[in-house]
Amino acid sequence: MLSQLRPAISLTVLFTLLTGLAYPLAMTGLAQTLFPAAANGSLIEREGTVIGSSLIAQPFAGPGHLHPRPSASGWNAAGTGASNLGPTSAALIAAVAERRAAWEALNGAPAPIDAVTASGSGLDPDISPETALAQADRIAAARGADPTAVRALIEASVQGRTFGLYGEPRVNVLLTNIALDDAFPMPPAGN
Amino acid sequence: MTLAAYALYFVVLVGLAWALADWMARVYSGTLPLPLLRVEGALLRACGAAPDRGMGWSAYALSVLAFNLVGFLLLFTILRLQGLLPLNPDGIASVSPDLAFNTAVSFVTNTNWQAYSGEAQLSYLSQMAGLTVQNFVSAATGMAVAVAVIRGFAAPKGSTLGNFWVDMTRSTLWILLPLSILLALFLAAQGVPQTLQGAVTATGVEGQEQIIARGPSAAQIAIKQLGTNGGGFFGVNSAHPFENPTITSNLAQSLSILLIPVAFCFLFGRMVGDRRQGWAIFAAMAVMFVAGLAVIHVYEVAGNPSLGLGANMEGKEQRFGAMLSSIWAASTTAASNGSVNAMHDSFMPLSGLVMLVFMQIGEVIFGGVGAGLYGMLLYVVLAVFLAGLMVGRTPEYLGRKIEGREVTLAVLAFLSMPLGILVGGAFASTVPAALASVQDAGPHGLSEILYAYSSATGNNGSAFGGWGAANIWQTTALGIIMLLGRYAIIVPLLAIAGSMAKKPQAPATSGTFPTHGPLFVTLLILTVVILGALTFFPVLALGPIAEETARLAGQSF
Repeated sequence: MLSQLRPAISLTVLFTLLTGLAYPLAMTGLAQTLFPAAANGSLIEREGTVIGSSLIAQPFAGPGHLHPRPSASGWNAAGTGASNLGPTSAALIAAVAERRAAWEALNGAPAPIDAVTASGSGLDPDISPETALAQADRIAAARGADPTAVRALIEASVQGRTFGLYGEPRVNVLLTNIALDDAFPMPPAGN
Repeated sequence: MTLAAYALYFVVLVGLAWALADWMARVYSGTLPLPLLRVEGALLRACGAAPDRGMGWSAYALSVLAFNLVGFLLLFTILRLQGLLPLNPDGIASVSPDLAFNTAVSFVTNTNWQAYSGEAQLSYLSQMAGLTVQNFVSAATGMAVAVAVIRGFAAPKGSTLGNFWVDMTRSTLWILLPLSILLALFLAAQGVPQTLQGAVTATGVEGQEQIIARGPSAAQIAIKQLGTNGGGFFGVNSAHPFENPTITSNLAQSLSILLIPVAFCFLFGRMVGDRRQGWAIFAAMAVMFVAGLAVIHVYEVAGNPSLGLGANMEGKEQRFGAMLSSIWAASTTAASNGSVNAMHDSFMPLSGLVMLVFMQIGEVIFGGVGAGLYGMLLYVVLAVFLAGLMVGRTPEYLGRKIEGREVTLAVLAFLSMPLGILVGGAFASTVPAALASVQDAGPHGLSEILYAYSSATGNNGSAFGGWGAANIWQTTALGIIMLLGRYAIIVPLLAIAGSMAKKPQAPATSGTFPTHGPLFVTLLILTVVILGALTFFPVLALGPIAEETARLAGQSF
């Protein structure tokens, strides 16, 4: 065993330097040079302040915005988590029924499955096109905008499957809400 | 269309693996460009590794153990001291002793079980110089052992098993590192953060403040997938939109999970000098994989009527949906990877059953890098032995006799699975301190315990996340079981390889049982199913199967 110790220790040190420091630092340098926006978290800035990341859901609740999927961890982007409740969990079934009632009361339309189930990350930036379009009338009413125009904007922000085969069609909630704010400014408060 | 998507996926996977196997064969036989050989030779000699000296099985095994012990001690120390060390912009405290033990064992054994949440509990130094290093070298250890075992079966009588330091160094430098660099840059371009800056505070569109954790994650995620490690940079692993932002990042990562394990099948064929032998092992693995994947896909797409119409979206991301989550779930449990892009705890009961079985049979459906192949060779030894019993001839594999010693060792290695899963799980179901980890009532609670102990024994690392992994009982018990699941298989297998290498190779005759046709593939699958799955059937009946029957009867818990 002793004759194995020298190579064991030396190679551990060598690979710690190579794969633990040189490799991640080189990747950081390259990524920061080649694609700095992506490598820093796809942040969105407005007038010098960071208003979020296009990849991270925000807890939108206002009537004039698309609402994200439920989050079991309160949209905490520094401590993620899911419900992890099993398919026969009474607590899960009750929570989904409660969300469905609230969602349908708010939007006046049947709730698609993604609107009432919590995502795996608690930070899902997307909703299904059905869930997005079902919120169009509520958003148009809150903004005093033409529902057809709101619908058209949402439809234009739908991302399709990759290669037409993989993934699900989706709408990015944050980016679409920013587009909504630009296209149909909210009426002044108290109106 | 779904079938076309799956077909294209598998064609790409097998094509890439086939090409990689070609390169791997060159790497392990040392037919590399001269400058690479010079670099490698100089490094090894400087480290006192005597690269020209071959090893018998015991020297090889001792080198593995010594290397992993040193790696464990270093990682444990870094985790215990991270609060005092640099590269900690978010000011995270040091890790508690039991959690540091669990995490260090977990990464050294290529399990990468996460009883911690990365963004909240680990500094950038721990993630880089601690975890990323073991992501590389624990994978390289598995690959080296597999190559040594193949040599035992394939090399001429009296050969050594090779040199562990050479095999491990070659795996890291010429296979894992180049692939990781490519994948890390691709992922960073897709939106996986690779920065040393700390968390950023955003003021959201509706005025709420949001702290967004990030870090040098792309580099770690690349090797996490390629080395079948699976431990995420962030707590929710590849479900996190930073860890896996797009469909293409998801495809690249899930292909990477199976890439090297599939390549090992073809490498085996090349190294034994008969490619049909590699295809036979690949075929047995592929049949079981596709069967399991089909079950998961059907149940997840059909969804959970108790929650509403549509796919089972609880714990899944909208961008991935049911299909990409199913293929990931099957791949990660088959391949001993353990990363997730959806929460396995919330999958349908029979999807959970498939994932449990994939782990319990010992991660031999493609399996961990290297580990899957040497695990499957265990079943090959047993299958050939059973075939020998049936026809009344001394069993042979690749021209060498399989005798009492090899079968005894194979059974001994196999027994580590029921020991870790059933005995470990039984304690965890009866000791009150351990039972507190269970989140869900009813049969799903038993599935949670089973999943944890299967994952630890199989060195997988995925979890039913609702189950509390962070209490001191579980961190300690699972740490010990991860060691059992790794070394109680590696050591006997190296011993089998050592004894095979001493036997003469007889040419095949008309009486030789061919180990490359459909008959052998069927026999191998049956051996895996009968030995592996039936050992666990009684307890599976009480967990996922009971849950499914309760669900169909409209029960909830």
